[in-house]
Amino acid sequence: MIAFEYLEHTADVMFRAYGKTAEEMLCNAASALFQAMVDPTTIAAQESWTVELEGDDLEDLAYRWLSEIIFLFETESAVFSTFSLQLKQDEKMRLYGKIGGERIDLGRHAFENEVKAVTRHKFGIKKNQIWCIQVVLDV
Amino acid sequence: MEEASKNLCKINDNTYEVPLGYRPGMRVPGRIFVSAALRDMVEPGTVDQVANVATLPGIVKYSMAMPDAHLGYGFPIGGVAAFREEGGIISPGGVGFDINCGVRLLRCDLRAEVVQPRINTLIEALFQAIPSGLGATGRLHATDRQLTEAFISGARWAVEEGYGFEADLTHCEESGGMDGADPEQVSLKARKRGRPQLGTLGSGNHFLEIQRVEEIYDHDVARQFGLFKGQITVMIHCGSRGAGHQICTDHLDVLSRAVRKYKIDIPDKQLACAPLGSPEARQYFGGMVCAANYAWANRHIIAHWTREVFEKYFPGSRLDLVYDVAHNVAKIEEHNVDGKRERLYVHRKGATRAFGPSRDEVPAAYRSVGQPVIIPGSMGTSSYVLCGSDAALDLTFGSACHGAGRVMSRSQALRQFTGKSVKAALDREGIVVKATSPGMLAEEAPQVYKPSGDVVDVVHNLGIATRVARLVPLGVSKG
Repeated sequence: MIAFEYLEHTADVMFRAYGKTAEEMLCNAASALFQAMVDPTTIAAQESWTVELEGDDLEDLAYRWLSEIIFLFETESAVFSTFSLQLKQDEKMRLYGKIGGERIDLGRHAFENEVKAVTRHKFGIKKNQIWCIQVVLDV
Repeated sequence: MEEASKNLCKINDNTYEVPLGYRPGMRVPGRIFVSAALRDMVEPGTVDQVANVATLPGIVKYSMAMPDAHLGYGFPIGGVAAFREEGGIISPGGVGFDINCGVRLLRCDLRAEVVQPRINTLIEALFQAIPSGLGATGRLHATDRQLTEAFISGARWAVEEGYGFEADLTHCEESGGMDGADPEQVSLKARKRGRPQLGTLGSGNHFLEIQRVEEIYDHDVARQFGLFKGQITVMIHCGSRGAGHQICTDHLDVLSRAVRKYKIDIPDKQLACAPLGSPEARQYFGGMVCAANYAWANRHIIAHWTREVFEKYFPGSRLDLVYDVAHNVAKIEEHNVDGKRERLYVHRKGATRAFGPSRDEVPAAYRSVGQPVIIPGSMGTSSYVLCGSDAALDLTFGSACHGAGRVMSRSQALRQFTGKSVKAALDREGIVVKATSPGMLAEEAPQVYKPSGDVVDVVHNLGIATRVARLVPLGVSKG
């Protein structure tokens, strides 16, 4: 199983990320989002950030998770390379995530894109043998 | 690509129709304004997106796409659609994340031969003076109160703070600030992203360019716009930065629930919307206006710093505002529909308003000819100044294209070009480029866009907006 793959899109970045579990799929999606911007091998996971989110369902939560990463990237001026998370279901669906990365250093972090936002265009999650999420990013 | 073209019906040399029934649920036909050559560049997905928009409630006349149309999310880029106040909707899919991304053109009283010998120094100084690129934060350090003021009154707030002049305001669409801002609709997250970024250019396709007026097509109108051959102009292309992106993200969440609540059938989740008059629609509009006003304030501040740099290197020179246009916005406008005057919510996503002389919205200085329509070229290629016309009101709710329009995907661009090769090619043409992230130059290579001249030809030939002047780049500062 590959972690994620980018698909052709004229103006924006489209990817599919996979996982044996929903958690793994969401972590791989976060990696795909970040790798669209900057080479992850240049990022050292020196610092960590925690994220707690809730949503109506997995799709809702996935959208918030990826949007949260963009929010943190901008407001913390940080780039991320490691993602781990747990999902819990009570009356809502909840996500507890941990993100590892470091502050942006343009001398080392060569950006190819800046992701502005996660779109809902063609956004969707499917589960067959494995989990798959499709995302179009606005760059 | 031929597949999509086959399903289009030719109306005239520059107009193709997406017929009712192209997809189920279309309420009106689609209209794509392209020449035969540009038609073949329209991807099937773009036609699908035009058809998707045609299914939205309350849409009037046509779902339209300008000649620079290409694949977007929700609306196509270059998409225009108007919705009735009664029974219609508002959708962030028709505005985009970068709310009021737009273009501002300043005219200098200097000729190119005076400026060109110092272009390297000038671009370097502008690059230093105007924060740009990833992670850039402003020189401004706005307080929370100032941020709120910028959301409410846009460029007017900037003028009150000492950026730019009162006279500039009349040379901005909406006088640089739309009515209806509701800062309550801006989340803390949006404020947190927006506050440090006020007064920054951003990255991607945003730029500040020093140009030379290369060619004048319409001397009378050019005189009215204060443009002459050989003149230096400055073009600023940017938007509402993280504030706008977050406002859109937040409201998409709310509107995604609204489509379920109001049982609106949408073919694309990005077309999430709410019925006009509903609380969700009002909230989105109030937030969107805040972002639009932020963008006008942002371009105003950047223009002010540009003037400071010019003053340093060319003391006594003048940089007057020609005009400032929004190309990602939804606005309330009156238009004639079937012989009746109606208030419509006109969505322009990657499209420029192009009003002619009959409209009160056109500033007094241009009322005899029509508003300036500013069409930036891709990096290294010509930009155009056009003049809005009354013909556009009937054809496109007074709208024209907004740029060249992409034809090549970013990943394909990255395979074909490197930042270095793009910079070297521009160097050979004598165009100075300064960028924070040179890697990002590759995906903005001139070849990834349609030829801007072809796009402008369609607009001119349709009479939506007519050619006034062509501007060529001398130096570019990018994020």
